[in-house]
Amino acid sequence: MLAMFFWAFVVGGLICVIGQLLFDVAKLSPGHTMSVLVTAGAILSGLGLYEPLVNFAGAGATIPITSFGNSLATGAMQEVQRHGIVGVLTGMFEVTSSGISAAIIFGFIGSLLFKPRG
Amino acid sequence: MPAKSQTWTFTNRPAILSTGVVGGPFEKKGRIAGDFDRFFEDLWIGEDSYEKAQRKLIEEAVSIALKKRNLKETDIQFFLAGDLINQITPTSFAARTNAIPYVGLFSACATSMESLALAAFIINHGGAEKVLAGASSHNTTTEKQFRYPTEYGGQKPPTAQWTVTGAGFAVVGTEENGPAPRITSATIGKVLDLGISDPFNMGGAMAPAAVDTIEQHLRETGRDPSYYDLIVTGDLAKIGRSIALDLFKQKNLDIRSEQFQDCGLMVYDKSQPVQAGASGAGCSAIVLYGHLLNEMKKGRYQKILLVATGALLSPLSYQQGETIPCIAHACAIEYL
Amino acid sequence: MANKNQNKTPEQKAYDQFEKKHEMKRPVLKNCIRAFWVGGCFCLVGQALTYFYIYMFNFTEKTAGNPTTATMVFLSMLLTGFGIYDHIGQYAGAGSAVPVTGFGNSVVSAAIEHRTEGYVLGVGGNIFKLAGTVIVFGVFSAFVVVLIRTVVMMWGGS
Repeated sequence: MLAMFFWAFVVGGLICVIGQLLFDVAKLSPGHTMSVLVTAGAILSGLGLYEPLVNFAGAGATIPITSFGNSLATGAMQEVQRHGIVGVLTGMFEVTSSGISAAIIFGFIGSLLFKPRG
Repeated sequence: MPAKSQTWTFTNRPAILSTGVVGGPFEKKGRIAGDFDRFFEDLWIGEDSYEKAQRKLIEEAVSIALKKRNLKETDIQFFLAGDLINQITPTSFAARTNAIPYVGLFSACATSMESLALAAFIINHGGAEKVLAGASSHNTTTEKQFRYPTEYGGQKPPTAQWTVTGAGFAVVGTEENGPAPRITSATIGKVLDLGISDPFNMGGAMAPAAVDTIEQHLRETGRDPSYYDLIVTGDLAKIGRSIALDLFKQKNLDIRSEQFQDCGLMVYDKSQPVQAGASGAGCSAIVLYGHLLNEMKKGRYQKILLVATGALLSPLSYQQGETIPCIAHACAIEYL
Repeated sequence: MANKNQNKTPEQKAYDQFEKKHEMKRPVLKNCIRAFWVGGCFCLVGQALTYFYIYMFNFTEKTAGNPTTATMVFLSMLLTGFGIYDHIGQYAGAGSAVPVTGFGNSVVSAAIEHRTEGYVLGVGGNIFKLAGTVIVFGVFSAFVVVLIRTVVMMWGGS
């Protein structure tokens, strides 16, 4: 268990460092950087490389935004196995819906409760 | 005889009769807090949107400037002003409140001197007896429009600048006897674009425009840089100022570092997290109409050239891959 | 964001070089260290939540990801709403933007900011102003990846 915490910290931290290098060296905007990372997650997932990373680093792989790309691709791949090529469309949000639903719900609740503070 | 230059000389000595300078809570902690007329405790100023709060800033600064001279809105013939917000709505809505015939202006952060130059011209040529000129900005309305929502955790690079929450307005008119701060000449700038496209580096984009306007002004007035006690830019901040000093050397303009100041470096204290310095249409207005005029009244400066600088981009132009065209307008103010 | 150097005049190119000498360099190493440890901490919190859901609520390792993500987004709502997340962001850069809390922050901050324009057009219309690109590119890249993989597997035999 402790080992998992350690690797979660290290791997998660390293993915963030990649993001920081995209910010500071490649001078990409946050929007561009996140798009690059999420696409990378999808590609790694398609190559079957993201699942082992999750097994190894736990939250270090599931918390960064790359995991969003992984979830989308995984959901699609699962549906394709069950229902053929149409699964690419139908399975996309299966695994990932909690993240987006939570963001919308808590975003809306946030707008009800909070005011910006500058 | 019509002039063939971009500089006007005002022989009828239009004067700044009174000023109103207001700021927000962050400016209250800054270096020139003592030169403001009023501070507001928060960015909402009792309104339900930041845009309405910015309108309130303008109304308050105008009201203070008028009160100091026992003037009413009906004593003013024209209201020349602008801001950074789309369609300059805060200024237009304030013009709705004060009901003075309104000339809305936009040259981004150079709007303050655009308005002062035009006001001085109108007064000098008998187009009015009294004109209100000024500009304003508000940190969060600007962030919301140009960059990110205020609570977004984006990381600003060290070249970024902090938009001032403040408004500075002046009543310009013909003054019987001196001494008063008078606008003796003004230079309208050209748009220059040297290919900078980083919206987080305004200073680097605007420096060439400032240098060009200063160069034109000195040439067309036949003045040597030493004529002025102070040449102050609007918001070049750290990077733009250092570039400008280098460009002066390249062009053989003998402008010394102590003589060359920047409003963007005067507003905030070193401890405040503003990266490269202050910016915003209100920046040059609050510094000139508050701090610099006070220093002139105390006798510290007699002749100031204020060169407000503006970056004429929009969020859309940036997304479409455009570079940042910039402009600088200058007014020479002398205590006579 | 494309390299515009090809379209610049010689004067512009010269100014670009000249200007860069005056720019303060970004503290890349310092930023990376901060991004590393703050990002790592967010992942530690996520790991703790995952174990919490596995042991207290009988989720499996596979399914614990869902409540973990939802909880992290909830936390980012609180941090954003109380005006803390923007300070974390300035300090940690990608360390706060890359974890899913950064995604939550981009949604919540946009929602909060645009309430002044009303709930329907303001909040509803702008809530994905920043996060939309992540969703669009995530979905599209997953679509392309899985399509290619499926086609390759069909032709090559699994």
